[in-house]
Amino acid sequence: MIEIQNLSKSFTLHNQGGAVIPVMAGAHLKVAPGECVALTGQSGAGKSTLMRMIYGNYLAASGSILVGGVDVAAATPRDIIRLRREILGYVSQFLRVVPRVPSRTVVAEPLLALGMPQETAHNRAEELLSLLNIPERLWSLSPTTFSGGEQQRVNIARGFAHAYPALLLDEPTASLDARNRDVVLGLIKAAKERGAAIVGIFHDEGARERVCTREVDVTVFTPGVAA
Amino acid sequence: MTLHDVSLDQPLFRVEGLTKRYGQRIGCADVSFDLWPGEVLGIVGESGSGKSTLLGCLAGHMQADEGKILYRGRNTLTMPEPERRVLSRTEWAFVHQNPRDGLRMGVSAGGNVGERLMAIGARHYGDIRETAIDWLGRVEISGERIDDRPRQFSGGMQQRLQIARNLVTSPRLVFMDEPTGGLDVSVQARLLDLLRGLVRDMGLSVIIVTHDLAVTRLLADRLMVMKDGRVIEHGLTDQVLDDPQAAYTQLLVSSVLQV
Repeated sequence: MIEIQNLSKSFTLHNQGGAVIPVMAGAHLKVAPGECVALTGQSGAGKSTLMRMIYGNYLAASGSILVGGVDVAAATPRDIIRLRREILGYVSQFLRVVPRVPSRTVVAEPLLALGMPQETAHNRAEELLSLLNIPERLWSLSPTTFSGGEQQRVNIARGFAHAYPALLLDEPTASLDARNRDVVLGLIKAAKERGAAIVGIFHDEGARERVCTREVDVTVFTPGVAA
Repeated sequence: MTLHDVSLDQPLFRVEGLTKRYGQRIGCADVSFDLWPGEVLGIVGESGSGKSTLLGCLAGHMQADEGKILYRGRNTLTMPEPERRVLSRTEWAFVHQNPRDGLRMGVSAGGNVGERLMAIGARHYGDIRETAIDWLGRVEISGERIDDRPRQFSGGMQQRLQIARNLVTSPRLVFMDEPTGGLDVSVQARLLDLLRGLVRDMGLSVIIVTHDLAVTRLLADRLMVMKDGRVIEHGLTDQVLDDPQAAYTQLLVSSVLQV
């Protein structure tokens, strides 16, 4: 489902003397449907960079990133937009929404974008919000005023609203209490069982052990570190 | 090709090598892009970067010197003027930064919305008024205000009225020039939310010029960055903002205050 070959990335800082910072070289990764791969390595090793490249958020310098047959490293913006709508989901660490939009709609948006009727989409959104223990009185409020943990749960509900065949998870259990952490791990497990290919960053070791099928240390892709 | 077969596999709007000069000075130079049905394209750059000139040329408010503008396969630069005017009244819409430029201030809110319908042939007063009330509702203006003049409205309401006036004829392509400029931040958010819903529900294609990067992140699928009349960077909005390649874009993005 996800296949990365010989991927490299560097940042050129034009406004800081044109410094070129190579951050990744020769990265390989293959994730089959039903697998959940944890990216590991210390902070700054390139876990988030790799995830962002898979999502098309960072440009690749060279190499290929096949997701459901589309090479993200070479695809047009239009192809990536379609890929993100239909195939590839991403649960980031932070929720970014238009202020004033009710949580229910925030969660339903990926479904509405796929053309699902509003009522069906809102029902699915409410199901997820209640599963994630967001009290019903908050559903009609914008999540911008919620606590960090509540925002994270709204974000997760949104990320799991559509059954994406491929999913990227950036610290999905960070800032959650034990009960909600269990719910999220349950969602990840269910996604695996329906055949989703998942790549995630989990600092929470217990969570990693419970849902991940294997680990990939990205340090070996860091230029100057790999032997 | 007739006016009514629009295909999702064809760009709605294609611009090739568009150039506009003011004497020796360049307004915009060699701009090319495709816009697909349902897509929102943001154009950013500072004052004088050529973004408003470009938008003016695209919408036909200014005459470009070189290049092609193809709307559903037809070159709008060589199209007879009456035909282009019909396009502007029906399939295109233009939302100005200042609502006063897009509204008739001496005409009632209902009249402002109804006028565009009448321009395309609507004649039945009851139907026009009903459609106007429906549209006022969609932009969150109470139907009770239908007979009030826009000058009795707040800035945010005027802007929403301008949007209703523009969208009532169900256009396919909407040009927007800083539509949230000059509005309070809370009013901006409401307008952004409204625009997003309308874009999705009506399948609109939008070209939006703004200097506000936060607005583009929330509204635009793709972003073009302009400097000195030229497009210096073009890509997915979040990619351009999070991994800018050009020196100028890096400066632009890093200059934004984080809140």
